[in-house]
Amino acid sequence: MVALIIVGVILVLLIIFVIGIYNALVRLRNQVDNAWSQIDVQLKRRHDLIPNLVETAKGYMEHERGTFEAITEARSKAMGAKTVSEASQAEGGLSDALSKFMLVVENYPDLKANQNFLSLQEELTSTENKIAFARQGYNDQVLFFNNKIQMFPSNIIANSFNFTSRDFFEIESAEEREVPKVSF
Amino acid sequence: MWEQIRANKRNSIILLVLMAVCLMVVGYVIGIAFAGPDAGFFGIIIATAIWLVLLAVSFAGGDQILLATSKAVPVTHDVHPQLFNVVEEMTIAANLPKMPKVYIINDPAPNAFATGRKPETASVAVTAGLLARLNRDELQGVVAHEVSHILHRDILFVTLAGIMLGSIVLISQVFLRGMFYSSMMGSRRRYSGGSSGGGQAQALFMLIAIIAAILAPIFAYLLYFALSRRREYLADAGGVRLTRYPEGLASALEKIANDPAPQLASANKVTAPMYIANPLKGKKQRKLSDLTSTHPPISERVRILRNMSRGASFKDYSDSYSQTVGAGSVMPASALKESESVEIRHPGEKPKKSISAQKQMRQVGDIMRRVNQFTFLTCACGLQMKIPPNYKPKNVSCPRCKRNLELPKAGGKPL
Repeated sequence: MVALIIVGVILVLLIIFVIGIYNALVRLRNQVDNAWSQIDVQLKRRHDLIPNLVETAKGYMEHERGTFEAITEARSKAMGAKTVSEASQAEGGLSDALSKFMLVVENYPDLKANQNFLSLQEELTSTENKIAFARQGYNDQVLFFNNKIQMFPSNIIANSFNFTSRDFFEIESAEEREVPKVSF
Repeated sequence: MWEQIRANKRNSIILLVLMAVCLMVVGYVIGIAFAGPDAGFFGIIIATAIWLVLLAVSFAGGDQILLATSKAVPVTHDVHPQLFNVVEEMTIAANLPKMPKVYIINDPAPNAFATGRKPETASVAVTAGLLARLNRDELQGVVAHEVSHILHRDILFVTLAGIMLGSIVLISQVFLRGMFYSSMMGSRRRYSGGSSGGGQAQALFMLIAIIAAILAPIFAYLLYFALSRRREYLADAGGVRLTRYPEGLASALEKIANDPAPQLASANKVTAPMYIANPLKGKKQRKLSDLTSTHPPISERVRILRNMSRGASFKDYSDSYSQTVGAGSVMPASALKESESVEIRHPGEKPKKSISAQKQMRQVGDIMRRVNQFTFLTCACGLQMKIPPNYKPKNVSCPRCKRNLELPKAGGKPL
């Protein structure tokens, strides 16, 4: 009788423990999703801004067709991305294309004086910043979540309820990845 | 981060208790001085009542009162997209529950402040002069500083302490003026009654009350200023942690300090600690140890920021602080335990070429006109017209080429 009660108490405690960890995992996963949606809003905004930017710039830069094509292609690639790791690669490509475009713009003073272009440029800069700041928050959440999933004892519960670790969102542009060259 | 907020709350409570004691003492002494030894507690009750009334008013609409006295005008995205975007960016970086409301103050002196009791109802106000002088990175630094005031709940503290200070000053002033006038009138009524001994004790209390009424506001000011200085350092550290770019805030502060414009017209002694840099320009450069200054010397803040070479976390700021000032840390030790590495990012844009003072003044004027809902219309001949909102006709003729232009309808996007 006593043994039965002890076993019962242990069982109940164990169930409470499992429920607690499960709920913590769900909360963390929701936080990750929420943080991702913050980034997603800004990525969508960037995708929406680009056609306007290209349209405004086209009239001034007729000889830069290659640059425009690169941007448009990078944009459609980024819009088609399904997973976080795909998105981070595609968005990195888009950032590269945009920064190349901004370098080319330097050669067109008329375009740089255009009010419409200037306000689009401001919106784009702001969106890039928002992506960068939201990314920080998202990656922090992913780190918490992945730690929880991989550490004992929560990893047992995570495995049995199919919690899978998430990818970090790292926009790396090709230039930043390159090792700086030193020439003599 | 949370440690920071908790430490701030604790400090605020200590400060408020000290100021409350100050208020009680003033009330007690004045009560005795006016109506004999039994009236001390009556004085306390009156002092507390005055404080509670002011507190209720400030909680109901303190931020609105502050914004109104600073002549701040609420603006939308269209009036100044860059400012609006920067505030939005910092909201995301600080993870605030809601974006603060954005205000512009029509004043050429560069400055900024934040107000509001809770992060949900906060407001950020910047002057037109600030917008005209700073580039994007610098503006971001300033806004980040203000947003970290919001994040650290500094605005609640400023409101509470400001009101407490206000009531102490009010009571003392009323008492001292009352004393002054009654002595001028030669009021004999008060002393004509009681025995000569009682009169002496009364006179002694009167003297104590006068001294208390003079000293209490000074003491309260010192408390208020001491903590507001510390808060400026903390907000600098918090702002840098948000933008990850110390140079932005550093060069913004430098520009604000070296600005030739006259001091902010709508600022006063009580609202001064709210601003990012002291809006009241003294005649002389104040010394570092000056107890009455509301802000740390800007040159020192700039040096600390420029010294942050390793990263942009609280720990990096604290290290740079102790290196530069040679004193201990400004941070609560518990806040430094959270080890984190925050890398410094690259500048967002090339530094703007310095523009002439005249052109700057024109930009200030343009920002003010936008705030006041002027319509900006560019004629085909290149002339830009600024049309006041009370201009009724639908058409306007260009003063240079006499072309007849149609005014865009109100509410349209000024793009």
